[in-house]
Amino acid sequence: MFSLQAVSKTFPGGTKALDNIAANIAPGEFVVLLGPSGCGKSTLLRLLAGLELPSSGAILWENNQRPAAGEVGFVFQDATLMPWLSAYGNVYLPLRLRGVRQAEATPKIQAVLAQMGLAEFADAKPKALSGGMRMRVSIARALISEPALLLMDEPFAALDEFTRHRLQDDLHALWRRTGKTIIFVTHSIYEAAYLASRILIMSPRPGQIAADISVSIPEGGERRTSAAYTNLVANITHTLHRIMPHE
Amino acid sequence: MNRWLERLAPIAFGIIALSLWQAAVTLSGVPSYIVPGPIDIWHAYLDSYTILNPALVSTLTVTFAALAVATAVGVALAVAMAASSLFRAAVQPWAVTLQVTPIVAIAPLIILWVPQPFVALVVCAAIIAFFPILSNTAAGLAATPQDLQDLFCLNGASRWQMLFLLRLPSALPNFLTGLRISGTLALVGAVVAEFVAGSGGFASGLAYRIIEASYRLQIPLMFAALIMLGISGIFIYSALGLLERFLLRSRDA
Repeated sequence: MFSLQAVSKTFPGGTKALDNIAANIAPGEFVVLLGPSGCGKSTLLRLLAGLELPSSGAILWENNQRPAAGEVGFVFQDATLMPWLSAYGNVYLPLRLRGVRQAEATPKIQAVLAQMGLAEFADAKPKALSGGMRMRVSIARALISEPALLLMDEPFAALDEFTRHRLQDDLHALWRRTGKTIIFVTHSIYEAAYLASRILIMSPRPGQIAADISVSIPEGGERRTSAAYTNLVANITHTLHRIMPHE
Repeated sequence: MNRWLERLAPIAFGIIALSLWQAAVTLSGVPSYIVPGPIDIWHAYLDSYTILNPALVSTLTVTFAALAVATAVGVALAVAMAASSLFRAAVQPWAVTLQVTPIVAIAPLIILWVPQPFVALVVCAAIIAFFPILSNTAAGLAATPQDLQDLFCLNGASRWQMLFLLRLPSALPNFLTGLRISGTLALVGAVVAEFVAGSGGFASGLAYRIIEASYRLQIPLMFAALIMLGISGIFIYSALGLLERFLLRSRDA
């Protein structure tokens, strides 16, 4: 999908957010960037989205083709919906910005809303929706333009545990079904272990990739209580303790 | 029960205060050309409402015309300032200067320069009224959530789409707050302008009636005009407050 070549990012204040990041990401991978606050995970995501440029190094895209506007879906930490638009209107937005007519967009929007379990809430304004449902609308908005690459910046961090589990289940199923490439930022070890096909552990100040773990938890069964999952959590915890000295 | 009491409290307080006022005036025997009682004022209104009511309409016409001008100018400047930081740097200090200069000091010049009295009054009132709309709308435009702006960029939004689909709607609550403040300032501005213009204005507003009544020592008439202005101010403030609540509630729910 793309390859990070010695990517570094230094902000104007002199803060070095990312240092010499190198990784190859294949299409269809579910990559979780895991690390403590301030390790530059979100900055890396913004570089991939094209919202920031690297200070040095480069991102090489497959076929030398940087994804065009709308070909990357981005999900923020907050749902970041427009309060004056309904769920339908918020999901329509990316298409609307590209001049797609409403009549043409409506079947797609209804399909994506249904896929996220929101079929009955198309006309609801964000204020009338729960936190979990707002995040579902936000994900639907990212999916509407059928992006090959989905970037997610701690999207479930503000949700309660039950809602978070439901959304993790749905996201995992979505990835299995569609084979999208997903880059997912989190600081939760459990979330990383549950979702990822590959985990990049990042260490802070400056952000560097400290470990690259391939995940193979067999599909089917109760994933969160499986031995493979428990072992993975233990493995990640050890790695984090090794690279992060106690303060 | 408590809520009803709270609703009734201002009315009861008003009635008690008016009664005390009337009693004090009657008992002390102060002549009505110094301090009139509420009954004298009411009689003065009944005697002169054929003059006072058109005068109120005249003042309110200036007020709303000034509010319309202030809205157009305030929003246009706020959008231009949000679009270009150079424009903001150039204009902001002058807008503040205009705001802090007492309008009473500029009004005679405007009335001298603008030949049509109505336009002159509207210009004076608009200068007083536009600043809250400008500063609130500018603050709202500047406070557009960064994540939403990023989302628009990611989807290749043009500047115009960003402005009309995101920044202006985001700034609507701030704009409406500014509008409510500007509404009462427009009334203040209309009265100040009429005072300054005096008989050089088009001599028909409530403020002009106040001046005229003071020259003739018709103090009850003066009070009647004053009270009409006060009620107008309260009406404008609450009407714009209701508009604000109604618009935001029907938009976001």
